[in-house]
Amino acid sequence: MKYQLSVNDEKKEVEAEPGTPLLWVLRDELNLTGTKFGCGVAACGACTVHVNGEPVRSCQTPIEAVEENKVTTIEGLEDRVSDAVVAAWRELDVVQCGYCQSGQIMSAVGLLTENKKPTDEDIDNYMSGNVCRCATYQRIRAAIHLASDKLEG
Amino acid sequence: MTITTTRRTFLIGATAASSSLFIGLNASKSWAATTTETELNPFVKIDADGTVTAIIKHFEMGQGTTTGLTTLIAEELDADWENIQVQFAPANAKIYANLAFGAQGTGGSTAIANSFIQYRKAGATARDVLVKAAAQKWGVETASITVENSILKSGEKSAHFGEVLEIARTITPPAEPKLKSKINFKLIGKETLRRKDSEAKTNGTAVFAMDVKVPGMVYCCVARPQNFGALVKSFDKSDASKIGGFIDARTLPNNAGVAVYAKNTWAAKQARDALRVEWDLSKAETRSTKQLEEAHADLVKKPEFKATKNTDFERTDKMLQNAAKVIEGDFFVPFLAHEPMEPLNCVIEPTPTGVRVHDGCQFPSITKPTVAAVLGLKPEQVEINTVYAGGSFGRRATTTSDYHLEASLAFVAFGGTTPVKLVWMREDQLAGGYYRPMAKHKIRAGLDGDGKLQCWDHRVATKSIIKGSPFEGALVHDGVDHTSVEGIADTHYAIHDFSVGLSDLQSPVPVLWWRSVGHTHTAFAMETMMDMVAREAGKDPIAFRKELLSNGTKDQKRLLGVLEMAASKAGWEKELPKNHGRGIAVHKSFNSYVAEVAEISVAEDGSIKVERITCAVDCGIAVNPDVIKAQMESGIGYGLGAMMRNQITLSDGVVDQVNFPDYEPIRMSDFPDIDVHIIQSDENPTGVGEPGLPPVAPAVVNAIFDATGKRYTSLPLTEQGIEFT
Repeated sequence: MKYQLSVNDEKKEVEAEPGTPLLWVLRDELNLTGTKFGCGVAACGACTVHVNGEPVRSCQTPIEAVEENKVTTIEGLEDRVSDAVVAAWRELDVVQCGYCQSGQIMSAVGLLTENKKPTDEDIDNYMSGNVCRCATYQRIRAAIHLASDKLEG
Repeated sequence: MTITTTRRTFLIGATAASSSLFIGLNASKSWAATTTETELNPFVKIDADGTVTAIIKHFEMGQGTTTGLTTLIAEELDADWENIQVQFAPANAKIYANLAFGAQGTGGSTAIANSFIQYRKAGATARDVLVKAAAQKWGVETASITVENSILKSGEKSAHFGEVLEIARTITPPAEPKLKSKINFKLIGKETLRRKDSEAKTNGTAVFAMDVKVPGMVYCCVARPQNFGALVKSFDKSDASKIGGFIDARTLPNNAGVAVYAKNTWAAKQARDALRVEWDLSKAETRSTKQLEEAHADLVKKPEFKATKNTDFERTDKMLQNAAKVIEGDFFVPFLAHEPMEPLNCVIEPTPTGVRVHDGCQFPSITKPTVAAVLGLKPEQVEINTVYAGGSFGRRATTTSDYHLEASLAFVAFGGTTPVKLVWMREDQLAGGYYRPMAKHKIRAGLDGDGKLQCWDHRVATKSIIKGSPFEGALVHDGVDHTSVEGIADTHYAIHDFSVGLSDLQSPVPVLWWRSVGHTHTAFAMETMMDMVAREAGKDPIAFRKELLSNGTKDQKRLLGVLEMAASKAGWEKELPKNHGRGIAVHKSFNSYVAEVAEISVAEDGSIKVERITCAVDCGIAVNPDVIKAQMESGIGYGLGAMMRNQITLSDGVVDQVNFPDYEPIRMSDFPDIDVHIIQSDENPTGVGEPGLPPVAPAVVNAIFDATGKRYTSLPLTEQGIEFT
C-alpha cells in the first residue's frame, strides 16, 4: 500500500504493509532513525514522536492513523520550547548511552508545551512512561525545571 | 561535535601521504608522528586546518569514555576542548588493547584507569612535536612557546596546529614524552567540562548499530527455543510466508534457532512470530526457578571449594561454638537481565577482503575471532565499525560473543554474500539468558562477650560466569571463580577467623557479568550481614565497621574516608523525622571505594519510599568529576530498580517475563534524590562505571530495618511483600 504522510513539515509517500507501526516506517523507510525502538509495547517511550504536537508512542501507532496528521520527530523539532529543552539537556549533560533521550526530549517538550511550570510531581506523572536504563532521571528532572526557567526568562 | 566512524579514514586508507599528521604507536611500540596513515595506528590526528581528533580505543555505552579519553589527550596537548573531534578506533588489539586485559575490549570499569598514562602520552607527544615544529619555523627556543586552546604562541607570533604540520612531520618524537604535573591540569578535574556526545544524542544524529543501513541489506529476527539448550528439530514457514516482506527462513547451522529474513524489521518480527518450530528438549533446562533455588540451598551447605587460603571450616566452626553470640544470615538474589535500552543487534556486510561488522562493540578481541571462525576467515579479515552502544551493563560483552555469533550464522545461512542485520526484540533479550546468576549465601558470624566480631563462616552457591570462557585461565584458581566471591574473599574488614566456601551450580542457563559482576550479590550479603551483626553487638553500624577497618592499611583508610564522608554529608548523627530510617553500606570494587547512606520513609499503609541516597566515592584522581557523579547516579539507579522489583524466573525451564511490563524498570517516579561527593585524591584513577552499584541494596535494606525492625535478606523486595511508593 502507498501512504501519504506529513513528517517534519515535508510530504512523504511511503510503501508499507497495512498496519505497519509508524516507528518502523520512520526508521526503515524514511531513515529517520532518531526515533528509537525500545520495547514495541508502549512501555518504554523510546519511540515517542509528536502527532499534531501531542506525544504518542510510534510503536503502537499504525501508519493509517497518521495519514491526515502532522508527524514531528526529534530531527524536526524547532520551536521555542524544544530549543529550551535541548539546551537544558546539554547544559546539564543529561545523556549517557543516549538511546532513550530522543523519546525523553519529545515527552519533555510535550509536558512543557502544556504546562509551563511543572512541579516534581507533574514531571513524575508525565515522564513515567519514558524509561532510561542508565537512570538519568535526576538530571532529566533538573533539565525540565531548567528549560522551564529558560522559557520564563 | 560528530563522531565519525568511517573506518576508511585510517584503517584501510591509501598509503600515500596525506595532509594530516598522525601521532600514535608504531610497529615497535614507540611513539611516532607521520603523515602516512598506514604506518601506524594513531591516537591523535591533526588536520591541515588545525582540527584535532582523538581516536578512542574504548566503546561508548554511556559511561563517558569518549569524553574521558579525549580529556586526557586535550589536557597534555593543550587543545581547544570545544573543537576537538572524537573518532572510535578500529579493531586492532596490537595497538588499541585495554592495558588491563591485553586484549581490545571495555569492561571491569577500566577505561580511564588503563588509559590514564597512555592517552596523556599521546597528547604530550603531539604537543612536543608541534612545539618543536613551531620553534623551527619561527627560529625561536621551544621554551618561548606556549600552547593554549590549540594555538601556538611565541612573542608576537602565533599559529594553529595545522600551520606547522609540514615541519612537524620531519620531527622525531621523544622516546618518553614528558607529562604535565598534576598541579598544572586545566581540564582533568574540571567540573564544568561538558560531554563530547551530548549534542549528537540530543538531536537524533547519534548513530547506534540499530540505525545502520547498508545497501541490499536484509533484516533478520531469529526464532529461539523457549528452553535454554533446546535445538531445532523442524520448522513450518507456511504462516510466516504470508507476511508481506517475508523473504525466507533457514535453520542456523548450529541448530540453535531459525533465522527469518525479511525486507524490513517489522516484517522480520511478524514472520518470526508466525513461524512454527519443533524443538528437541533432550539437553535443555526444564527446571523451574523454585527447583534451581532448592539446588542452590543444597549446594550452599557443603562448599565445593575453599575461596581463601586461610579457609578452614572446622576451625571456624569451633570458634563459632565458643562465641558468646552467633548471628546467622541466609541471602538470596535472583537471575537478572541487563536490558540495555537498545535491544541487541548488529549488521554484517561482505567486503572485498572479508566482512565488516557494524556494532556497538564492547569486546572486539572476542568478536573478531568468533565471527572469523564461523565464516572461515582470518580474524584480520573481520573489520569492526564501532558505533555508539545504547547501553550494555555487561550484556554486550559475552564470553561467547553470542549475538555476533548468531548474526554470522544467519549471514552464512543466507548465502554469505548479502548484508544481514540481526535485530533482537525486547522479548528476545529478556528470555535470551546471559543473566546475572542466581545466588545463595549462608553466613554465620560470632561475637565475643564484648560484642567484638571474632569469626565469620561464609558460603556461596552460584553458577560460575567465568568457567568455560576465555577468561578461565586468568580468573579461576583452584576451582574458585573469583567473580563468584569477589568482595568477600578479598574483604578489607579485619576478621580474626574467616572462612569462605563456594559451590558452582550446573545449569544450561547462560549467566554473565551484570554491572559490578559478583559485587552485585556479595556486597548485598556482606553489608547487610555486617549491619545485622552490628545491631546484635549493640553498636552503631558505622562505629562497628570502623573498628574492623582500623589496622591502617591503605585500603582500610580509603574505605574509612568514604564511610566518614557519606556519614557526615548524610547527617548520620542527626535525628530523622518519624517513620524514616537510615542505613549505610561501604564496599570496594574495581579498585574504587564507595559508601552510601540510604534514607527511606514508611507511609501509613506500610509502603516504602527511598527518599535519598548520599554517596561518597574515592576513585583516585577525578578526571571528569561530572561524569563520575553521573556514573554514581546511574549505578545507584540501576541497582535500586533491580533491588526493588526485578527478577527473571523460569517455569519448567521457560522464562516467565515477556517484556518491560513483567520486568518493570526503575522509572522517574521511583527515583530518589542522589547526592554524590568525590574524595580529593592524588592516586591514579580507578573505576566508576560499576562501583556505585554494590552498596545501594544493602544500604536500603539496612534503612528499612532501621525504620521498621524488619530484616530483608532476599531480593527483589517486592517479592518479600514490600510495596514502594
